[in-house]
Amino acid sequence: MSESAVAHGAHGQHAKPSFISHYIFSLDHKMIGRQFLFVGLLMLMIGGILAMLVRWQLAWPESPVPGLGFISEPYIYPGPNGGGIIPPQTYNALFTMHATIMIFFVVMPIMVGTFGNFLIPLMIGAGDMAFPKLNMLSFWVGAISGVVMLSSFFVPGGPAAGGWTGYATLSAKAQYTGVEWGQHLWIIALMLNGVSSLMGAINYITTVVNMRAPGMGYFRMPLTVWSLFITAILLLLALPVLTAALAMLLFDRMAGTSFFLPEGGGEPLLWQHMFWFFGHPEVYILVLPAMGITSDLLSTFSRKPIFGYHAMAFSMIAIAGLSWIVWGHHMFISGMNPLLGTAFMMTTMVIAVPSAIKVFNWLGTLWGGSIRLTVPMLFALGFVSNFLIGGLSGIFMASTPVDIFIHDTYFIVAHFHYVVAGIIFALFAAVYYWFPKMFYRNMNQTLGKVHFVLTYIFFNGAFFPMHFLGVGGHMRRIYNPLQYEFITPMHDWNIFITWSALILGASQLFFLGNFFWSLFAGKKAEQNPWQANTLEWSAPTPAPHGNFLTTPTVYRGPYEYSSPEVTEDWLPQDKDIGASTAAKAH
Amino acid sequence: MLRWLPEDVSTYGHEIDSLFYLIYYITAATFVLVTVLMIWFLIKYREQPGRRAIYNHGNTTLEIIWTVIPAAILIVLSFMSVSTWAKIKRTVPPTDFEIQVTAKQFNWDIAYPGADGKLGTDDDVKFDNDVHVPINKVVRVHLKSTDVIHSFFIPNLRFKQDAVPGRTIMAWFEAKKPGKYELPCAELCGFGHSGMKGWLHVHSVEDYQKWAAENLAPKAQ
Ligand SMILES: [Cu+2]
Ligand SMILES: [Cu+2]
Repeated sequence: MSESAVAHGAHGQHAKPSFISHYIFSLDHKMIGRQFLFVGLLMLMIGGILAMLVRWQLAWPESPVPGLGFISEPYIYPGPNGGGIIPPQTYNALFTMHATIMIFFVVMPIMVGTFGNFLIPLMIGAGDMAFPKLNMLSFWVGAISGVVMLSSFFVPGGPAAGGWTGYATLSAKAQYTGVEWGQHLWIIALMLNGVSSLMGAINYITTVVNMRAPGMGYFRMPLTVWSLFITAILLLLALPVLTAALAMLLFDRMAGTSFFLPEGGGEPLLWQHMFWFFGHPEVYILVLPAMGITSDLLSTFSRKPIFGYHAMAFSMIAIAGLSWIVWGHHMFISGMNPLLGTAFMMTTMVIAVPSAIKVFNWLGTLWGGSIRLTVPMLFALGFVSNFLIGGLSGIFMASTPVDIFIHDTYFIVAHFHYVVAGIIFALFAAVYYWFPKMFYRNMNQTLGKVHFVLTYIFFNGAFFPMHFLGVGGHMRRIYNPLQYEFITPMHDWNIFITWSALILGASQLFFLGNFFWSLFAGKKAEQNPWQANTLEWSAPTPAPHGNFLTTPTVYRGPYEYSSPEVTEDWLPQDKDIGASTAAKAH
Repeated sequence: MLRWLPEDVSTYGHEIDSLFYLIYYITAATFVLVTVLMIWFLIKYREQPGRRAIYNHGNTTLEIIWTVIPAAILIVLSFMSVSTWAKIKRTVPPTDFEIQVTAKQFNWDIAYPGADGKLGTDDDVKFDNDVHVPINKVVRVHLKSTDVIHSFFIPNLRFKQDAVPGRTIMAWFEAKKPGKYELPCAELCGFGHSGMKGWLHVHSVEDYQKWAAENLAPKAQ
């Protein structure tokens, strides 16, 4: 531990940064992570409100939504007492934008943008990202893409209304949806968003490959870092395909090409192939970081090494590899050659295996532990519970004959909300867990527990009954379920779901209140409040620009909890307890 | 949960439903097993003063077991699915009963062959949204779309097939119980998607002949 290392690591020579260079155009990965978090939380509120409006319409079709009357016709029709009635076109725009925002502007910026940025350098013992300026650019291009996406709410014709999947030909010609600029802007915003993610991905990969602290071999990296590393590789390979498809779609709409339009020799299914070739890896881009974070939290709060570290890392690699050859399971009844359907069913069944391994290994981690039910732990367990349901319900769709019936019904809506909306549990777990390192204060644990209980109950209340609707044949993306005689008898479930969703939405006030109150008035945080092993807790709180006072040396893997070599039940990765032990642990 | 399944009136629906039930039992059992274990561990291994967690990095035998068992179940499930899928989607049984369904925003155009016995000719007899078929007859559907993608869905028949502009997709069903069954569009197709639906009328053989005599024959003459 030489003097020069101290000076080098701390970047102590930096001049005091101005407000703009500190908070706006920051080059510090920690600040960029926080920026992604605030943008993501803002978008979460917008996406959540859109979902509430969708649910209102499904429970009480064409009845005025309180307070919505201020929006002009033809987007909203006036009702009594300032209420507003949602017409079909607006309804289609609502669910389209809900999904687009939640996927590209909430889960990606928070799970990948925030935690990728904040955690990768800290967890591998690096001073910053490999390319700080590229990192800043990634955030700002991402922010601009969000502005473009939101601006589409204000153009004539309203925002995109062709579903987040943007199937051609519906999305390829303005006359089919009546949406001109809204859909253009949707395409442009997603292309910009892709550029932002691509820059982030390059940065993450370079950082992990080149900037690990001495001793931090690949198989000493926390699973959070593994998951973000694999996610970045998926992003790097998947996004260009989406960008190409979006460019072709934009050309079809604006330049008179016919990539997806049969009257000009094009092929509507080409869009689906390209979209899902991106789209299935995208699912894992969303869920892998949640899996990595959950693994770390379960180990930390069970005070026990993760069960089967190598199996956990390799199962994520297997998922990532297989994710390239399963996209056709979205297209079983699309008109694609049914023989391909059989092949894609096989690959899809296979990809369920590594997911099963993860769940069982999480159980194995709990077994024999000394479990602390802290707020982050509760949310991590909530993620496991949701992922279990979402993973199992996926098997129904994977079976091609069963998919004939449940494809495009509420069964699939239930399934992907358990998987993708279930990520919100890992997201909350991560915010509660790393808040002390990010904002130097603790969040209130009691409010956190109330938030967890309400969120868990009403999440399941909102999404579990959707399985019943799907089994009953209730199609997704319909404006008014009461137009169908076979759906009408199930209508009470729609009302139940909507009440659950409304309460679920309201419960998030416990989070927002706690978050902002703690930001300014929370109890000052210790350096390592959870007694965790990973390197970010060895950095001072607040961590300076450059993160570590001295570049840490890593002696062991991240999961040495309850090790017999020390009396405490944790053993940080960079703690030197003598040469004899350094070689043993992985 | 599966009591919400609509009544099945097709000849192949029971094969879909039995796979549905099988997967339901397997997944429900897995769900219960994992959830019970999880809750049990959370209670049994909660933090208690004086007790230290077991220092254990995993167990290769256990991991192999819980890799191989799900893999075996999933492989068996996919092989069980192959034949039903092939029967429904990869082949159409021989039949002399053909109709053409052309989807367009936001209707099903139904066409029966006219006097020439051929579909797609000028003398086709056309209807909006109503399909009439006899029971126990293989119905071959020529599925088309003129604008966007729609999906021809008859819940009671476990039948669903997308209609794609630029293609004619062959599909089939055979109904085994007379009645009137709803026929919604299942793929988002624009602002009128919700409410785009028709009815499938399944008649007894005699009733169908009567309907055909009144509705198909006169126009064909
Ligand atoms: Cu997929
Ligand atoms: Cu339609």
